[in-house]
Formats: sequence, structure tokens, C-alpha cells
Amino acid sequence: MKISRQQVEHVAMLARLELSEEEVAGYTVQLNSILDYAAMLDQLNTDDIKPTAYAVPLHNIVREDQVKPSFAREKVLANAPVAEDGFFKVPRIV
Amino acid sequence: MEITSQSIGELHELLVTKRISAVELAQTMLQRIKHIDPEVQAFLQVTEDVALGRAAQVDEKIARGEEIGALEGIPMALKDNLCTEGIRTTCSSKMLENFVPPYSATAVEKLKSAGAILLGKLNMDEFAMGSSTENSGFFATHNPWDLERVPGGSSGGSAAAVAAEEAVYTLGSDTGGSIRQPSSFCGVVGLKPTYGAVSRYGLIAYASSLDQIGPITKTVEDNARVLREIVGHDHRDSTSVPFEIPNYAEFLNKDIKGLRIGVPKEYFAKGLDEGVKTVLHEALATLEGLGAIVEECSLPHTEYAMPAYYLIATAEASSNLARYDGVRYGYRAENTEDVLSLFKKTRSEAFGSEVKARIMLGTYALSAGYYDAYYLKAQKVRTLIQNDFNQAFDRFDVLLSPTAPTTAFKIGEKSGDPLTMYLSDVCTVPINLAGIPSLSLPAGFVDGMPVGMQLMGRPFAEGTLYRVAHAFEQNTDFHTRKPSLIKGGAR
Repeated sequence: MKISRQQVEHVAMLARLELSEEEVAGYTVQLNSILDYAAMLDQLNTDDIKPTAYAVPLHNIVREDQVKPSFAREKVLANAPVAEDGFFKVPRIV
Repeated sequence: MEITSQSIGELHELLVTKRISAVELAQTMLQRIKHIDPEVQAFLQVTEDVALGRAAQVDEKIARGEEIGALEGIPMALKDNLCTEGIRTTCSSKMLENFVPPYSATAVEKLKSAGAILLGKLNMDEFAMGSSTENSGFFATHNPWDLERVPGGSSGGSAAAVAAEEAVYTLGSDTGGSIRQPSSFCGVVGLKPTYGAVSRYGLIAYASSLDQIGPITKTVEDNARVLREIVGHDHRDSTSVPFEIPNYAEFLNKDIKGLRIGVPKEYFAKGLDEGVKTVLHEALATLEGLGAIVEECSLPHTEYAMPAYYLIATAEASSNLARYDGVRYGYRAENTEDVLSLFKKTRSEAFGSEVKARIMLGTYALSAGYYDAYYLKAQKVRTLIQNDFNQAFDRFDVLLSPTAPTTAFKIGEKSGDPLTMYLSDVCTVPINLAGIPSLSLPAGFVDGMPVGMQLMGRPFAEGTLYRVAHAFEQNTDFHTRKPSLIKGGAR
């Protein structure tokens, strides 16, 4: 097994997912089967190969740092599940 | 011929000669949707008021004697991961069930400026993760050729709507085959443009280095017309590439004598349905008969594309989908005591099972200690796959393969086994890794179900794909056949 039940629980925490017992068991099986499949990549020697992040080589796309209009606050807050006094509202943090 | 069967060019002619008004055309399409969509279930939302309002504006323009553009007054629909200002955009996820975007995607904005009539938003696999549209957070879409079969995915609604003539054309998005595989399953023409040709601004992200928006149409000519309107550099997408936009229509009605077509043998290997293989061999014979030079070639790293794709796509997805936290937009869980539980409960309650699986795989592939072994390794393999294509295009103008190893499968047939489902994208995934353009068009039938052939070209050589596809289409009648569901006039 490439990934244990404990690791699945750890990854779920990193991904901010709360999984049920059945989900943990199910994803442990599913992830292992995909990782077993992905192990075929190890057959390839890629020591001298550069990685490709984007198919089209684009580097350092920059623009002038100019002030431009942005969305009105009401428009941005219109989709907020909870907003108050022009702010997004979340449960107490500290 | 029935109105709903007409091409963009034919409808344009009917509009300018005032044989039909834009409002009548929109009403005809809306009527078709009302009659047929309860069976096909391609639409998540029908925007009747928007469609009729915009159509009335086009009619006023025609009445004033003004010229109208090629797409003006033509009814279309959009995959529901394309943001539409003021119109709900769900990505087929409970997470975005009530999300109303404050802006439109660039491609949507361009079509609106071109006078397109929006009929509605189309079903898809949740967050574009799937190959059958069964992963929709709301309901499954049915294949118009056989309602017991899937339309493919993730742009299943977009392909089914065109096949059922519920929209003249649609836009989809393609990360690993999500335009081409459903186009193959539904017997329509679908193009994934070169990466960077169409702005991704306003396309809800799945895997940013692979996602592209593209048109799904009844004919090759229609496809070329729509593509021309949506391509172009956009400063709001930093991966958008500046290039001179060709007039794709100039590539139509050209012969293909002497054109070199490479047939990568790896795409005809095990797992390919015998019927599909026969259709492809007949298609190659047709192209040879038209003067093309057909030769076998090899893309040796093909079998490694699928695992590399799943590591790269899920890694990017895990990062892109981190934004859904219940704070700024989208679903939010009730009764949470702190911010961490707000994030966890929100995401766990609103994401579907396949989305969670891919977030988990991607998070793992990027996590400390595993990054080099999985994500970096996959990116290096991506280079090898790109090199395969570069070498092949030294010898050939286009490459040709099946779009999918089988015809559309039954609803429920593969939903229990994710890995088997993934393999239905085995012919399309390498193209996204390489970033090249690729088009699927109807090439024949097996047991009454459509088979697509996939053409692949050099970066920004969409015109060459259209040239080959149009020559094939004009010498075959597969694109004129219709599902029995829509035969026999208006229902």
C-alpha cells in the first residue's frame, strides 16, 4: 500500500475536508489504486529532463502598475453567505 | 429543412432576408428545449427572458436596415462553468448552487458583443471532473442517440444540446478531453483550441495549465465561425498568447492532396473497440482517396500520459478549489464554532465524491515528501510527451486517432470504478499535456452510436484541422444523420 489510512486522514486535514469513517476507507482504496497505476511513471528515467509547467512558454507577464476601477463593494458582497457592515463575516478567530 | 437543423450560415441568411425574425428563431429553439429537454436533461437553466430580450434587439437592428454579424441572433448555450454576469453559474456543484457572477467570462463577453442569443446554461460533471456527466451535483444528462447512455463528459450537456438541436452551437471546456469525448459520443464537432488561444478569464478553474474553452457545433464550418469570435489575447488571463487571428473560413473548401497525416500506432492499441477501429480505418481510406498521404507513426510515451495527467490535473485542482471556503461566495455550512470547522464542514458538505477524491489525490501529490516523486515527476513526463508531438509534427501536418476507445457507454456502467472511467479519456489527455489544438468530428457509427475521429495539429494550426475536417465532412454524410429522438419534425 502506498498510502495508509492515517495518511489519508492527514491529507484530508491538509485539504480541509472532514471525512466520515466510510469515506476514509473508500478513499484509501481509491487513492492506492490510482497511485499504483501512477507508479508506471517510475519506469521512465527523467533525470536529465526539465519539467513542463505550461505547454506554451510564457515568462514574467507584467503590466504597468496603474490604478484601475474594481468591482463595487456591494457587487462583491452580493454573493457572500454572511456579510455585515460591508465586510465578510466569519466565526470568531481569536 | 427544419429550423433547428440549420447551420449558422443558413440561419444568418434567413435572418437577413427576413424570412424569420430573431425572436421567432429564439422561440423555436425555446420550444424545442421545452419538448425535448425533459428527456435529454442537457440544461440546468433556461434563460428565456434573456434570449427573447436580446433577440428583440437584433430584430430592431435588422428593421433599421443595419448589417448583422455572422453570429448575431443565433441561439446558443453555455457550459455552466462559464461565468455569466447576473445569471446563476453553478459548475454543477452544490458549492455554487446559488452563485451569481459579478462579471462574464471573456469568451462569453465576446459572444455577447457578437450578438449571440443565450438560451441557457448546460449540465456538466461537477467542476468539470468526469467523463460522463453522471458526476453532476444535480442530475445526469442523457445521450440523444440512446437515452440509456451517457453523453460523455465533462461537457456532456454542451454536446447533447447540439446533438438534440436544442441550441445551434454551445461552448464547452476541455481539460483532458471534456469537449472532444462528448462530441464523439454525441456525433457532433468539438474543438479544443491551442492552450492560450482562448482566454480562460471567467472560466471556473479546474486545472489551469490544461483548461481551454472551445466550440461544439453541428458542422465544421459552424465551428470555424464560432472559434473566430472567441479567440484572441486577453490581458486578464496571463497565460493568454498574443497571435494573429486567422480567418478560419479560408481553410474550408480546400483540397487535402499531398497533406501528410500521421497515425500514431499507440492510439490503436489494446482497449480500442473493434467497431471503432474499423470506422477509423474506413475514415483513413476516405482521406487517402482525397489525396492525403497517410502513414503510421509513433508517440512512444503515450501510455504515460494518463497517470501524468491525473497527478498534474489533481494537483492544480487541489490548489484551485482551495478558494471554496464558505466565506466570500458559495455554500456555507451552518452551526460552525470556529473558522477551521467552517472550512471543513462547508467543503465536506458541498463537494461531491469525485471532487473530494481529486482534491485528496492532488493534495497528496503536492504534500511534503511526495512532491518530487509525483508532481515533479509528472511534469517531467509532460516534457517527454510534448517532445513526442514535436517530433511527429516534423514529419506530419496533422495526426489522426480515435477520439475515444469506445462509443458512449450505459449510464451507471462505469460510475463505480473511477479508473475505468478515466480510461475513456486515454486518447484525448495527451493533447492537453502538449497544449496543441485538437478536433473531434463524426467519422461513422457502431451499432447506431456515433464514433468520433480526433485530429491533432501544431500549436495555433486550428485552420489546418478545419481544412482536413471539412474535406472529410464534405465527402461523407455522417454529420447529416440525426438521432431518432429528433427525427420526424417538431415534437
